[in-house]
Amino acid sequence: MENILEIRNVSKKFVSKKKEILAVDNITFNVKYNEFLSIVGPSGCGKSTLLRMIAGLEKPTSGEILMEGRRIEGPGAERGLVFQQYTLLPWRNVLDNVAFGLEIRGMPKKERYEIAKRFIKMIGLEGFEEAYPYELSGGMQQRVAIARTLANDPKIVLMDEPFGALDTQTRTILQHELLRIWEKEKKTVIFVTHSVDEAIYLSDRVIVMTARPGRIKDIIPIDLERPRKRDTLEFIEYRRRIVNILKDEVLKSYNMYNYSKDV
Amino acid sequence: MDIKKVIMPIVGLVLWELLAIWLNNPVVLPPVENVIKILINPQITLLGTGTLVENTLVSIKRVLSGFIVAGVVGIPLGIFMGYFSTVMDLFDTVIELLRPIPPLAWVPLALAWFGIGETSMLFIIFIGAFFPILLNTIAGVKGVPKILIETAQTLGAREKDILLKVVIPASSPNILTGLRIGAGIAWMCVVAAEMLPGSSAGLGYLIMYAYSLSRMDVVVASMVIIGIIGLTLDRGLRYIEDRYFRWRYLIK
Ligand SMILES: Nc1ncnc2c1ncn2[C@@H]1O[C@H](COP(=O)(O)OP(=O)(O)OP(=O)(O)O)[C@@H](O)[C@H]1O
Ligand SMILES: [Mg+2]
Repeated sequence: MENILEIRNVSKKFVSKKKEILAVDNITFNVKYNEFLSIVGPSGCGKSTLLRMIAGLEKPTSGEILMEGRRIEGPGAERGLVFQQYTLLPWRNVLDNVAFGLEIRGMPKKERYEIAKRFIKMIGLEGFEEAYPYELSGGMQQRVAIARTLANDPKIVLMDEPFGALDTQTRTILQHELLRIWEKEKKTVIFVTHSVDEAIYLSDRVIVMTARPGRIKDIIPIDLERPRKRDTLEFIEYRRRIVNILKDEVLKSYNMYNYSKDV
Repeated sequence: MDIKKVIMPIVGLVLWELLAIWLNNPVVLPPVENVIKILINPQITLLGTGTLVENTLVSIKRVLSGFIVAGVVGIPLGIFMGYFSTVMDLFDTVIELLRPIPPLAWVPLALAWFGIGETSMLFIIFIGAFFPILLNTIAGVKGVPKILIETAQTLGAREKDILLKVVIPASSPNILTGLRIGAGIAWMCVVAAEMLPGSSAGLGYLIMYAYSLSRMDVVVASMVIIGIIGLTLDRGLRYIEDRYFRWRYLIK
């Protein structure tokens, strides 16, 4: 079997008292083992919803998601999610936040702290083991959340704009680290980002979604050797292509499609 | 300490003393020095019913027993009610109906069920402490951000882990607030309960007994002790809240 994940005709409709919102509309794609897949699309197009459905936190209204041939019915440690929001447990320090998944698995303290410290070092927060979330900046909290998910060693890593709050420098370092772990540990990564650059730099394939209701507009395989250089002609050509596809959709989400020629 | 904070108490004491001298009737208002004399000699037997210290300890012991039972019942029940909607539906109506009844309204029933004595007093204290503990626990559990539970789930947490490692720690500041309010009410209830017929020790009893002998100095001295202990209880629990639950106020 070469697909770790199969998303089949998945739709998600949110129903509230006043209205219905079709967030994800009939999406189908497969994810291969050890693939690095990015998703880009206008704000509000259903990217987070899609990740949450793969994580098992949200049930598709129709369609199904299979992991290794089995239907996903709920959340599980084999699918780790780095949330878009801040989600550190405020009463735990950095070390115990990062070690949380290992702790509930019953791993002895010494062992799990050892692993946690390795990941804290990786995200550049050595020395902050004892700090509490309220003592950290937004970007630092985001990094701790990344370490927490990676330390838990999931087969599929779902990341929802994980580097959103970081400066370019830190972002570059973490992209590098993420690729290293992905290659070494043969992980499958689904990565949501607003940065086309980042998507091209990291991914085997980039999925471009339409404005809400989110459908797949295009899937672009990135055939570039790693490590990639952001200033090669091919890279720039990929960027131009994806930005163009994306532009229409972003404008559409503003109901400004007719003006697109001017913008 | 801020000098402004001690001005009013001093003025109050002076007025009290002047008024006491002017009235010259210790059955209505005892002079300050008589009360202080009792307070600085707490080991002296008062009116043949034990010392101030002994009576205080009796009251504290009663409050602790009733309060602990209230916590042992109220916290787990609150956690389950807050977390499982079935449990909530089962108990909610009963609790909403019982909650507005003041603890002292239970006195006749308590006397009928448990007779005159210790058990009845504990029951009244229990009732007083139980509802604030329960309601604050429920509010705490309901207020746990859903995303923290989801985070734990994506890290592999089962129901038991979520309860023990997310829901309970996340709601512990509210639980402690409930304990603090409950302790305050329990302390008020013990004094009231000890004024009931059949009581033979405790600060509440001492007050009523001293009153029957027109010893207002003992009455006031007991009241001062009640105030001080209530304040200490509140401050102590507040200190724990600030010290160990600082993260609560600092969540970004
Ligand atoms: N729980 C919910 N209840 C109702 N509507 C929801 C819910 N979650 C998401 N939506 C709606 O679904 C749509 C998609 O939301 P989603 O969070 O998936 O977007 P997104 O692509 O992640 O956007 P962004 O890039 O801004 O994070 C939005 O219109 C949003 O309002
Ligand atoms: Mg999102």
